[in-house]
Amino acid sequence: MSAIAVEPSKRGIAGALPRAAARAVLLVAGLALLWGVWEGYRWLGIRGHWTWPFTVNDTNMPHISKIWHAFGQPLQPDGPPLRHYLWHWAIFTAKEALAGFALGAAIGFFLAVALSQSRVLRRGFLPYIVVSQTVPILAIAPMVVVGLGTKGVTPWVSVAVIAAYLTFFPVAINTLRGLLSPDPEALELMRSYAAGRWKILWRLRVPTSLPYVFSALKISATASVIGAIIGETPASLQGGLGYAIVNFNQYYSIQPANLWATIIVCALLGIVFFLAIVFLERLVLKRAPENIA
Amino acid sequence: MKAVSIKGVSKQFKAGVTALQGIDLDVEPGEFVSLIGPSGCGKSTLLRIIGDLTKPTAGTVEVNGKPAERARRDHEYGIVFQDSVLYDWRTVAKNISLPLELLHWSRSKRNARIKEMLELVELTGFESHHPWQLSGGMQQRVSIARALSFSPSLLLMDEPFGALDEMTRERLNAELLGIWQETGSTVVFVTHSIPEAVFLSTRVVVMSARPGRVAGLIDVDLPQPRTSATREEPHFFELVTQVREQLAVAGAPLGETQEPALVEDQA
Repeated sequence: MSAIAVEPSKRGIAGALPRAAARAVLLVAGLALLWGVWEGYRWLGIRGHWTWPFTVNDTNMPHISKIWHAFGQPLQPDGPPLRHYLWHWAIFTAKEALAGFALGAAIGFFLAVALSQSRVLRRGFLPYIVVSQTVPILAIAPMVVVGLGTKGVTPWVSVAVIAAYLTFFPVAINTLRGLLSPDPEALELMRSYAAGRWKILWRLRVPTSLPYVFSALKISATASVIGAIIGETPASLQGGLGYAIVNFNQYYSIQPANLWATIIVCALLGIVFFLAIVFLERLVLKRAPENIA
Repeated sequence: MKAVSIKGVSKQFKAGVTALQGIDLDVEPGEFVSLIGPSGCGKSTLLRIIGDLTKPTAGTVEVNGKPAERARRDHEYGIVFQDSVLYDWRTVAKNISLPLELLHWSRSKRNARIKEMLELVELTGFESHHPWQLSGGMQQRVSIARALSFSPSLLLMDEPFGALDEMTRERLNAELLGIWQETGSTVVFVTHSIPEAVFLSTRVVVMSARPGRVAGLIDVDLPQPRTSATREEPHFFELVTQVREQLAVAGAPLGETQEPALVEDQA
């Protein structure tokens, strides 16, 4: 019998090393390109006195080296350097974002499971879920913080709730789509086994939905960081990156590099969240290559 | 007791299309019956009615003396579709194990059965592969192993080899006959390949289209076990011709192979 199976792609140590090296080279090249574009635009803009879309000068576009330098400068005379503060603020915001992400992802997932069970529920509730995301988060954030505050909830938890508000939506919508995506024949197969609603849900619908869930989680992971940063602002919550942004904004004309440094840390935090999900997906999802979103 | 007993079954779709009309058919235990007919003759629909995956608008179906729904709930049959419908996230072994898990078999009992089934479909050594790592023919063998894993007395097959190339199809035909003889199960097999129907079956049911009816029954008295040599016997060709002529009488547009999707309005 000529049983021909496609071999699982070979990824031995021999193959992994050059792969990692190639990635590192690509990363460095990408960063170098970004640096070149920034400095090039800056150089051209200052020489050409560009005023559109913004005036290019030392304040609006400080040298990359200056931003890098700012990480090491003390924030107060004889105090620890900025990077020390940024680290602690980032941890603080990460805690809010992580709690919000977990809460939002759980709510989104179970909401989708509930909606997948009934067309009437979908017709009734889906519009409101969509509407929930058209409400500006900046308008809701103070209400959440004040409202929960009067109930004695710690401010950082309120911020996590705001992050959850941004997280649950993509998870709910994508998971629902995934739960409804099994082939008719896959459903007929379960029916032929006389499998009930719950067994069909857990053994067919949920596994089928996982690639969808993970694409949503990737979107939500970065959204939860944004949600946490935005949530800190109206909460006047000190100790996180959101507060640092508000604070450094006021000193922007004197020390623009501090704000830029903070922005870079925010971006890095988002990337860390995103990569964590990618890692988890690789660990959990075993699918045909074409079925991974 | 009949393995399958169909009495006066009709099926009308909501769009007003009559897919089946007045079907009467009995299948004896241990028989291998093929349903063959032109596009739109409702042979797949009839198979789904036997499996209680869709309800007839009139008539009754009994499987092993029970109403079709009862039979489905009692796991009286296993089903194989044209697509293997294997679950991507499960290994070959885990796919075969799915119905056993739903039937609450113990782990040790499941593992023993998986091993048996892998031997039966000659896939020993592939238990930890994922479906997408297998060829189409191998995937379909896993699908057959899954359908037979809980030893149902009836096997329903809906064009299981329709998507495979001719050589793989002929090899799997021979394998299926071996499995059928080994397990002693009853098979109802939908196909639109005349040689396949003749080679496999003990009886061929020729159906006509619009509305779907039973146009003729042909007993296939080729001796068992059948081998590739069977396909070269004069009597094999006589039977193929006989089926082809019946199909022509039934109004089969020859050469037409694609079945239009009969979408049942679920709304």
